Amino acid sequence: MVHLKINEGAQSFDGDPDMPLLWYLRDILGLTGTKFGCGMALCGACTVLDAGKAIRSCSTKMSTVDGHAITTIEGISANGPHTVQKAWEEVNVPQCGYCQPGQIMQTISLLTSTPHPSDDDIDEQMAGNICRCGTYQRIRAAIHQAAKETA
Amino acid sequence: MTPTEMFTQQIETKGTHVERALLPASRRHFLQGIFSASAFVLCARVLPRPLHAAAFSTTTELVPSIDSAPFHPGVYLGIQTDGTVLIVAHRSEMGNGVRTSLPRILADELDADWSRVQVIQADGDQKFGNQDTDGSHSVRDFFDPLREAGATARVMLIRAAAQQWGVPESQCVADPVHFVTEKNSARKLGYGELAAAAAKLPVPKKEELKFKSPQEWRYIGKPAPGYDIAAVCSGKPRFGMDVRVDGMLYAAVAHPPVLGGKVKSVDDSAALKVKGVSKTLPIAPFTPPHAFQPLGGVAVIADNTWSAFKGRKALKIDWDNGANASYNSDQYQKQLRETSRQPGKVVTTVGDVDAQFVKGGVVHEADYYAPLLAHASMEPPVAVADVRGNQVTVWAPTQDPIALRTEVAKELGLTKEDVICHVTFLGGGFGRKSKPDFAVEAALLSKQTGKPVKVVWSREDDIQFDYFHAVAAMYIKAALDGHSNDQGKDHGKPKAWLQRSTFPPIESTFVKDAQYGSAGEMGLGWTAIPFDVPNFRSENGPATAHVRIGWLRSVANIYHAFAVQTFANELAYLAQRDPGEYLIDLIGPARHIEAGKDPDTDAKYPFDTARLRHVAELAMEKSSWGKKKSGNGWGQGLAIHRSFLTYVATVVEVEVDSSGAVTIPRVTTALDAGIVVNPEMVRQQFEGAAVFGTSAARGEITATNGIINQSNFNNYPVARMNDAPKHVDVHIVESAAPPAGVGEPGVPPFAPALCNAIYAATGKRIRELPISRNGFS
Repeated sequence: MVHLKINEGAQSFDGDPDMPLLWYLRDILGLTGTKFGCGMALCGACTVLDAGKAIRSCSTKMSTVDGHAITTIEGISANGPHTVQKAWEEVNVPQCGYCQPGQIMQTISLLTSTPHPSDDDIDEQMAGNICRCGTYQRIRAAIHQAAKETA
Repeated sequence: MTPTEMFTQQIETKGTHVERALLPASRRHFLQGIFSASAFVLCARVLPRPLHAAAFSTTTELVPSIDSAPFHPGVYLGIQTDGTVLIVAHRSEMGNGVRTSLPRILADELDADWSRVQVIQADGDQKFGNQDTDGSHSVRDFFDPLREAGATARVMLIRAAAQQWGVPESQCVADPVHFVTEKNSARKLGYGELAAAAAKLPVPKKEELKFKSPQEWRYIGKPAPGYDIAAVCSGKPRFGMDVRVDGMLYAAVAHPPVLGGKVKSVDDSAALKVKGVSKTLPIAPFTPPHAFQPLGGVAVIADNTWSAFKGRKALKIDWDNGANASYNSDQYQKQLRETSRQPGKVVTTVGDVDAQFVKGGVVHEADYYAPLLAHASMEPPVAVADVRGNQVTVWAPTQDPIALRTEVAKELGLTKEDVICHVTFLGGGFGRKSKPDFAVEAALLSKQTGKPVKVVWSREDDIQFDYFHAVAAMYIKAALDGHSNDQGKDHGKPKAWLQRSTFPPIESTFVKDAQYGSAGEMGLGWTAIPFDVPNFRSENGPATAHVRIGWLRSVANIYHAFAVQTFANELAYLAQRDPGEYLIDLIGPARHIEAGKDPDTDAKYPFDTARLRHVAELAMEKSSWGKKKSGNGWGQGLAIHRSFLTYVATVVEVEVDSSGAVTIPRVTTALDAGIVVNPEMVRQQFEGAAVFGTSAARGEITATNGIINQSNFNNYPVARMNDAPKHVDVHIVESAAPPAGVGEPGVPPFAPALCNAIYAATGKRIRELPISRNGFS
């Protein structure tokens, strides 16, 4: 039995311990904001926070998250939109939007470790998150905007 | 009662039902707080609902249907008594912004308050007109019908107010927004208050309508954020991947590795031992031509996606790979190139190229090659189908819900009317999701299991079993004017131009053994060139397809523009002229190109070289073209192309290091798309097109023995934050011309502009994509 916290709520799971966290979130809990993109930690669509740090849920087995505190896109805005979400709206980042929850979660993690990232910091830390619509320059602008707001 | 009417959703927050859509827009933000609380339970249920009370919701909000509004003149609009204006988006949202642009056209002519508009995603239904969201024609096809719908409702609301006040209609105006006011008394009535009375009036004829002048437009031409942006940033929209239906089973399908392959034998014993897997089911191979039929194979049914994937991995299948197992990309490339060197089927003739070639002089010729590409939209193909007797409901991220209904009906032996298609958000589409094969799989499996079934394609399925963008070889030959002596303005301009293109055609998907491009494909950058050349011939050579060929964002324009725009650049250097100035000269005098017209071109949209020249000059000006000397690892490249009726010029700036690594500090694009509904989204489309173009210049799909070699983002790389263009500047030409396409036209000029820039920086000419084949990365 795996015990963990999802968005501060206690959960337990006794299914296949090999099941990736992604499919537990999506299929078992119905938290579909976290997306499936590649299944191999290559695209970042499935990014969630584990104790505040970005991880790829598609390649994180349930057996490895016992006792962990996971935050998904559904859990970041209990008090209205998160600063990063607001910046995303101000810069009008999304096109299709499918990758954006992953981009936003990765950004929250980035700004926690690097509150004032340079363009190079952003390129490096966001390179694992693919956006096929090509919203990268707006993502970069929105990250700078969120960093300013957080300061 | 049909499943459409039955399907709705409720949000339970600790037992509190919150019918979000019924609240004004300003309340939505507040509710996000409740919605996002960790304790909530999101629960999708099939509930009986009153007839027409609810439409399919693309988010978790409850959505009323147009027909439930007291006032709904026509199919696109409904006005409720509280003043909420319901507007249908009948085309698919995949990042193209149609859920914003289309409703804003109608809202503008209606003089409706945008903050009181609720957008309803239409099911697949021919009453809305064409819903096939490809070919960049959502706005251009529906600009007039949606304005008409808005103007119709506005005049009815005005008439209702005039009747109520007992004054002539001419005394009443739709002003301020969302109200009708009597000019003399300043009495006013809101649209909601007038809805019931307006509904009783006869619908006016088109001749009675008064349309606003462009100066009066309040939304058209003004930048606006996406209607769904807050929901999108919260992970709330329902993409196809997110649809959950009570009692739903999950399926993964093992497809034949080679197109046309069949199952010889299958051992599913290990698969059935996987926890969560309940059964395996065969899917019959297709009957050629494959069209939109499923590929066949073996489906694994489970109670979650992961178990279905794991079970599929445990299948032991012996395949008969069939005739396409002889397909190898290297050998195929040689064939295409050889064919392009042979006379082909003539597409267009102007003057006499052969006579000019016989005269001798300077002749330049070159071969070009561009590979197969995969769509790789972020959301892989996925669909949920629920087959109950002769009634089928499908939820799918489809670009073409009517094609989906037609194909599902055909495969199940039903009629289109038996199939309902709810269109979800699409996590990208790029043309792949116009083909409903994956939804047919879900329907076949639902029929066999008697339960709703969700078919989920993995990334590997998506890349290996795509409807690929065609591989193509092109040959171009030109005879030049005055190359050696005349240094005047026309120096180095071609007197004759012959071009030949060979590619497995899209037609091969629909017609068995088709080998030649359709008029549509040839019209995408090959029937005509935008140059002032007196003798011109365009040809097309035959090629046999061994994989499914489909359409990808801008389609044949990608390889055709690559060849034509690279060749033009070569001619400029041959003439020792600035490639920008040379290109302007090549476009030549202002005129309408008549020969070999794009099939989209008609009296409304003539191919106007003045507009093309203008965007070229604008892109050069805005990119500071020629201000800095190219060479030593830095360079600018220019390409122009008209596609989907829009004129585009792109300047790409590159830095190339000694290892051949290319970075793109800046891209400058100028475009003339006629009237632009939402300039903000047009910018987004062209910013994205530069990134998409970067991927297209770096990506490649190949096959060995008929099996696709690439499978995921590790071996089919697409542009990432750190290798995409750093800045894309988009300049929109103000125009009163009718609206043209914007989703695709940014893509074609990108690769040739990039390769021309690399030439300027390094002196190394790229005639073959991807750029890695030329020592660049």
